Amino acid sequence: MTGGQLLDSLSKLFGPKIQDKTEFRGETTYTILPSDLREVAKFCRDELSFDYLIDITSIDNFGEEPRFEIVYELYSLTLAVHLRLKLRVSEEIGAVDTVSDIWPTANWHEREIYDMMGLKFNGHPDLRRILMWDGYPFFPLRKEFPLEGLPSEMPDVAFTEAAPMEGGPFVTMPSTATTKDREPRARRPDL
Amino acid sequence: MSEIAAYDSKIEGNIIFTRLDAALNWIRKNSLWPMPMGLACCAIELMATAASRFDISRFGAEVMRFSPRQCDVMIVAGTVTYKMALAVKRIYEQMPEPKWVIAMGACASTGGMYRSYAVLQGIDQLLPVDVYISGCPPRPEALLAGLMKLQEKISGERSFVKQKAVLAEQLEDAFV
Repeated sequence: MTGGQLLDSLSKLFGPKIQDKTEFRGETTYTILPSDLREVAKFCRDELSFDYLIDITSIDNFGEEPRFEIVYELYSLTLAVHLRLKLRVSEEIGAVDTVSDIWPTANWHEREIYDMMGLKFNGHPDLRRILMWDGYPFFPLRKEFPLEGLPSEMPDVAFTEAAPMEGGPFVTMPSTATTKDREPRARRPDL
Repeated sequence: MSEIAAYDSKIEGNIIFTRLDAALNWIRKNSLWPMPMGLACCAIELMATAASRFDISRFGAEVMRFSPRQCDVMIVAGTVTYKMALAVKRIYEQMPEPKWVIAMGACASTGGMYRSYAVLQGIDQLLPVDVYISGCPPRPEALLAGLMKLQEKISGERSFVKQKAVLAEQLEDAFV
């Protein structure tokens, strides 16, 4: 079975469950419903040989409804085919089923999404923060979270302060000007 | 100098007159045992500084100790995240007096390019830093220059007076 046939059989079997299908430069993306995730994931692994979950990421489309997107990057080591699954999660629900029992690598990816975006994963065996410490009160990759951070305090564990931005964020401007004009630290904050 | 010492042919030439401060400082500055607080890429340069090409042992600071109890100078080499910050402070507190701190590189000095929710904006918010070294990361020569600056600083310290003050304080605490 070639990669193309593989994806065809997926869209045949899950036809009604696929909300949206995008092809872009040879990359296939299927949008599915969160409720179908586990069924589709199991089928992808067992029947379609997507044995490798490369990554799970999340997107905050702040201001849209549903607000969040979760993206699963799948790869078949036997057939060398990529597949991207997307699903949208509203802020009120804020949770999807875990796939950490289907691909064990999802365990830490899901913890990272929980840590950074605040989305929960139903059935996850160990849903703790992975980068920030337990008790940190914010979700730093959400759009409403300021780049400089917010002050917080966990006695004897960690604290945070808002970083001085001094008119930042400091992004070098692309131009042919001299370093003095391109480098934001050399500019006055009001400019 | 020897003409003002009591003459003794057996020890002639083996006596040096100096101030106690100068002797203490000389001893201290030439055997600074570092606590290598390697937190990011600066630690790679720190290791290079310790290796044969740059050879930090020329300055008596080659004895990298991984126990804070045996260290004199903490070299904070790298990005101090808020998650790590209190651990760094705790390790510093476990070092015996007298102790010094070198903030190596932009991150340890100011947070560097990480103007972010996760990074402490300079280790000087938690520890008294003696020497800041610029660079991202600084070259080994810069670290050595920083070490020499620290040695300079130490040789100007009034060690004995400081020591006496601490001793007096301890005695006072003991008797009160």
